[in-house]
Amino acid sequence: MLLTFDKITKRFPNGTLALDDVSFAVAAGEFVSLVGPSGCGKSTALRLIANLTQANAGRIAWADVQPALGFVFQDAALMPWANVEKNVRLPLELGGLDASKIKTRTAETLDLVGLSAFAKSYPRELSGGMRMRVSIARALAAEPSILLMDEPFAALDELTRERLNDDLRKLWAARNLTIIFVTHSIYESVYLASRLVVMSPRPGRVVADVAMSDPITRDPDFRLTPLYGERCREIRAALKRGEAA
Amino acid sequence: MTSERIFAYALPALVAVAVVAFWEWAVATFEVSRFVLPPPSEIVEAAVKHWVSLLDSAWVTIRITLAAFALALILGVAFATLFAQSRMIERALFPYAVTLQVTPIVAIAPLILIWVGLDNAERAVLILATIVAFFPILANTTLGLRSADRQLHELFDLYRASRWQRLARLQFPAALPYLLAGMKIAGGLALIGTVVAEFAAGSGTSTGLAWRIAEASNRLEIAKVFAALALLSAIGIVIYAALSLLERQLLKSWHESARPIE
Repeated sequence: MLLTFDKITKRFPNGTLALDDVSFAVAAGEFVSLVGPSGCGKSTALRLIANLTQANAGRIAWADVQPALGFVFQDAALMPWANVEKNVRLPLELGGLDASKIKTRTAETLDLVGLSAFAKSYPRELSGGMRMRVSIARALAAEPSILLMDEPFAALDELTRERLNDDLRKLWAARNLTIIFVTHSIYESVYLASRLVVMSPRPGRVVADVAMSDPITRDPDFRLTPLYGERCREIRAALKRGEAA
Repeated sequence: MTSERIFAYALPALVAVAVVAFWEWAVATFEVSRFVLPPPSEIVEAAVKHWVSLLDSAWVTIRITLAAFALALILGVAFATLFAQSRMIERALFPYAVTLQVTPIVAIAPLILIWVGLDNAERAVLILATIVAFFPILANTTLGLRSADRQLHELFDLYRASRWQRLARLQFPAALPYLLAGMKIAGGLALIGTVVAEFAAGSGTSTGLAWRIAEASNRLEIAKVFAALALLSAIGIVIYAALSLLERQLLKSWHESARPIE
């Protein structure tokens, strides 16, 4: 296992129990979706993995050394004073890469998310979907092997969201990424993930851990298949069980 | 130029013309004493007659104002940066910044004058004006440095940014709109502080516009008083306009305040 989330308990400073004895593991190359109701601690789990906050009990173990992480925040979290290119190159500059490498890497990454034409645009000039693309490009610029995503598409309209879902699946396959994707949308998680970890309302516990390995390729038609409907029902049932428990 | 912008300039200009015309007419018609309110024509006359001494004094005032503004800017940003490093430092020092701000400079002027020596009235004026202009820069920049987006802070955590990187790439840019707003207030205050301090410092060796006003009013040269006043207002307006222009230039491409209304 690339990452083991082992019996983690997290209590906020105000006393709220966010995660209660949560365990799951992620293998290299998986697309894991953490799905659960708002406030179930799934974002906290992501932040724990990124080392942005510390657990009260339990441990997070990596296969060997902790790999490079990319993090995509809920709203795009771009620097409004910097244009697209400068936003994307930020992690490279903080990492102290040399200038010529930063230049080529930034151009490549912008090309990857289809934003080369907007390199000089400022965030306020972009649509919500494009801002999220910039945010994804920024996370990918430093070539992480793990991408952590915290409800990245929650604020986008349906069509933009579906387009970004497809693009994300392609990126995942093309770049051999491991993705941990937090969402409260059953439909989105079933469409995207190769494995689903279903969580209960606060305090968050794992109520189901479902593999979704087939079919490997997913396209918009997948949403019309009986298999897709079947899985959505399954996840919905698991969420209901979590609520009742 | 759109008709809206023409209006924005034409309307105040029209008001000015109307007021001046009425003033000239009223003073003549009601036979107001020239020692109470001279007509505009006489003020222009006084300005032309005394233009060498007025401009000399204006230059003194401008020089001290700009120096005080620059000092306040440097000190304000430096202390705000220090405060942003630790809440402890801020808690320890901020009350004294407030104390300095709320103590009327007229009241501390004699003390400062004694400290720097009566022969150095200009230096005393500079110190007093700096004290007045310092606070809005400090308060605004401190707030601004703390206002950077939380998620962006976490992004900087994730990439293990150094304190300096965080300051230069996140906190300073986020604080810029706040700093510029503070500068607009401080620019006006530096001028006010200079003039008030000149009055408070007394005649001495300082020869700014405030001193000219005091001197002219002692001699009952009321027209000259008005001429000096007009010059002071002009200086204040130019400072404000310059800082507004700077603000627009620095923020126009990204900040919400500079977004064109659609």
